Amino acid sequence: MSEPKFNNSLVRWIDHRLPVFTFMHHEMHEYPTPKNLNYWWNFGSLAGIVLVIMIMSGIVLAMHYTAHVDHAFQSVERIMRDVNYGWLVRYIHANGASFFFIVVYIHIFRGLYYGSYKAPRELLWMLGVVILILMMATAFMGYVLPWGQMSFWGATVITNLFSAIPLVGESIVTLLWGGFSVDNPTLNRFYALHYLLPFVIVGVVVLHIVALHRFGSNNPLGIDVRGNQDTISFHPYYTVKDAFGLGVFLILLSAVVFFLPNSMGHPDNYIPANPMVTPAHIVPEWYFLPFYAILRAIPDKLFGVLAMFAAIGVLFILPWLDRSPVRSATFRPIYKVMFWVFLLDCVALTWLGAKPAEGIYVILSRLFTAYYFFHFLILLPALSIFETPRSLPKSIGRPVLDGGGGAMAAAPAATRERS
Amino acid sequence: MVLQRFVRGLLFLGVSLLILFPNVSVKAAGGIAVPEQDWSFSGVFGTFDRGELQRGFHVYKEVCAGCHSLNYVAFRNLGDLGFNGEEIKVIAKEYEVEDGPNNDGEMFTRTAIPSDTWPAPYPNDNAARAGNNGALPPDLSLMVDARVGGADYLYALLSGYHEAPKGQEVADGMYYNAYYPGNQIAMPSPLSDDGVEYGDGTKATINQQARDVSAFLAWATEPNMEQRKRMGVKVLIFLIVMTGLFYVSKRRIWADVH
Repeated sequence: MSEPKFNNSLVRWIDHRLPVFTFMHHEMHEYPTPKNLNYWWNFGSLAGIVLVIMIMSGIVLAMHYTAHVDHAFQSVERIMRDVNYGWLVRYIHANGASFFFIVVYIHIFRGLYYGSYKAPRELLWMLGVVILILMMATAFMGYVLPWGQMSFWGATVITNLFSAIPLVGESIVTLLWGGFSVDNPTLNRFYALHYLLPFVIVGVVVLHIVALHRFGSNNPLGIDVRGNQDTISFHPYYTVKDAFGLGVFLILLSAVVFFLPNSMGHPDNYIPANPMVTPAHIVPEWYFLPFYAILRAIPDKLFGVLAMFAAIGVLFILPWLDRSPVRSATFRPIYKVMFWVFLLDCVALTWLGAKPAEGIYVILSRLFTAYYFFHFLILLPALSIFETPRSLPKSIGRPVLDGGGGAMAAAPAATRERS
Repeated sequence: MVLQRFVRGLLFLGVSLLILFPNVSVKAAGGIAVPEQDWSFSGVFGTFDRGELQRGFHVYKEVCAGCHSLNYVAFRNLGDLGFNGEEIKVIAKEYEVEDGPNNDGEMFTRTAIPSDTWPAPYPNDNAARAGNNGALPPDLSLMVDARVGGADYLYALLSGYHEAPKGQEVADGMYYNAYYPGNQIAMPSPLSDDGVEYGDGTKATINQQARDVSAFLAWATEPNMEQRKRMGVKVLIFLIVMTGLFYVSKRRIWADVH
């Protein structure tokens, strides 16, 4: 790690006293990154950028929003009609939340496929799960703020779950509500927390990146970097690749924001909240549906709530459930198939979460919920013992994996010398 | 190898889109599919038809406004429909709004001005219920976004009043409508042939009025829709060019990595 040379004398003066420029040079410029990362590795930095978009649009919305049950719905409509480009900021924020979850879910499934949670990256993975939980809490409370019918009834259903906890459940619910029903105090504390939690997420993201930079990115082969010939500097290679991915992302986000802005919302949320009228179907936002399906699959309220939290909690212990020393599914013939089965299971649970809890849907929900936990608790530990992995390549620079010929096989070990 | 990866990526995108947009065919809760209409404002380049909006406004003013409020629309917004400032002032003058308190502490009524929002027909929800057999006529400002099916649904509902089929019980003070969830609606058929007289000579059939007022409510729901779509086309063109440049840069920078 050579000291970077800065041409600007002011930069040198500052860096001598406060080495932020050296830090940024090490961590964002010359930071050695495996050279074989595919496009699934774009979603980490993309998630970071979406977080910034959400915070910026959110702060602008907060300048115009009124957190009071009598004015919240109206203030949102004022933003939509009378605030200059208010409709644009709100549509970016509302659809951005959905896209944030798409990006993060892809990021998580990439980690599952390539075994990014395995040693030495267990804490990196666990910090990611913490971010997911914080995101869910933030998104849930954000959806309450417009104070439409789904806001109100979604808040009522979800906060009521905590009453299932023995002994202290009722007190927790009263604390969440700030009273004895979802009302103005609930809206006020949700607003305060919705503003706070994104900055907590930023803090955990910083830790996530510190943990990442300790050992660097995992890669599609799942083997450790052997030396300079396996890596390239982060800048310009991955900055430009991430920029291209960001462009594609912004095209998709804009297509929805400008042409289908309400496609991911529910029409009922354009009806002001009314505690006297319950909507026919109370459906959470799509990104909660798999967990909602698991909740409803269990006939007992307490165990349903426990199962729902366990569905996320099991991710914390994943690094110790999957004991296979091989990271990448590329070299794990059975796990590779089971990964796709598990993905389909999650898609099925998402679909079931949107269906009414009756008839065949209940039975299917139970089956797919059982499989969800079977995958983590039984299949993965068993595979660690019974699966015979394929032989691993010696290094990223020379993957003797499909008899050479691949573009990567002929790599000269010279790329690193440029930096 | 690259192609295979690309195809897999596309598959993934397809699956995610399926999850995101599950309501491909729109059905009313009554079980009858709402027929899709051809609106001037649908599609990427869709714009409102000013004539249609003005006729729809006429229907709202003459028929709907008797019971339904339009709280989020101000007289000044009517400029979007093609009315000029003077015409808007004239329309506003037809209405009285409550203002105050004045220096004596009294509330008073005055004629409306363009910055006032549309005066509600009832002072509060209870008065509205009392005047409508216990049912509350909803505010119409957001109707198109607040109902599954949007403008298609409103058109189907307004033009879809028929005799109840045999064997279908309809409660006292309720009316049969195939498109309304539960098929029993407290609103009697509001439109009738030639119930209003259009200034532009269009024949005011029930279907024509239903169509016009649905378009008007689509505008009332989202007055910024035209601006949104115009901007969206520009933004997308910009982003596609920008992303293309990023892609070319990526290819060049990565050319020496093997």
